Amino acid sequence: MRQLSRRATLVLGAGGAALSVLGWGGRAQAAAKEAAEQIAKFTGGKTAEKGKLTIELPEIAENGNTVPLSVVVDAPMTADNYVSEVLVVAEGNPNPGVATFHFSAMSGKAEASTRIRLATTQNIVVVAKTSKGEFFTGQKLVKVTIGGCGG
Amino acid sequence: MAEKPRLKIPKEAKKGDLVEIKTLMPHIMESGQRKDKDGKAIPRKIINKFACEFNGKPVFSAELEPAIAANPYMQFFAKVEESGTFKFTWTDDDGTVTTAEETITVG
Repeated sequence: MRQLSRRATLVLGAGGAALSVLGWGGRAQAAAKEAAEQIAKFTGGKTAEKGKLTIELPEIAENGNTVPLSVVVDAPMTADNYVSEVLVVAEGNPNPGVATFHFSAMSGKAEASTRIRLATTQNIVVVAKTSKGEFFTGQKLVKVTIGGCGG
Repeated sequence: MAEKPRLKIPKEAKKGDLVEIKTLMPHIMESGQRKDKDGKAIPRKIINKFACEFNGKPVFSAELEPAIAANPYMQFFAKVEESGTFKFTWTDDDGTVTTAEETITVG
């Protein structure tokens, strides 16, 4: 066999590196795609406007097993105009679904807090639906030091 | 199972007040992603639904996924116009339903 020139070796190496990057990116993309599908199902294909949402999450979560999450939607919460549902998805988890909150006019305030698990550094996307059929969205990036999905 | 949920709700409020409600249900919330020491997947077992009613009317509910941390904690609000009873229900994957109640006096 002919010995590989230095240039050929470099090209091969670069190709291999590019392939492995693609493979990894592919997995992350699949999760993000599933998250996008869940959002599309929630909105029924409508575009969600940015804003009206406050998402409280730590910038850096040292322990992905329990990350405090708080969502506040700026809405009047009267009998004929209130936030009815809020969807939370995590783009980088094995299952992107996190929770769906259902509010009513009796909630008085569209705010809920819980604690979530994050497998890795990722975007958390929140979509709110009002009783009038409007959609609002927001997202926040959380850096995760130790992932919280076992394994 | 059969562990008691923890509730934090004011005992009294004024008519039209927003009251903050905090609940915590002791539960493993097994995600279904973990493996035991033989490499077999541990089956999922989580609380998949939480609901809060006041005098029989829905106030707040949530569908939960495995991405909710163990011992699911929920904090939310309710606007109270009359005295009454909050009823909370937690539904397990295995069909077990745990309930708890708390009364509030509205003056």
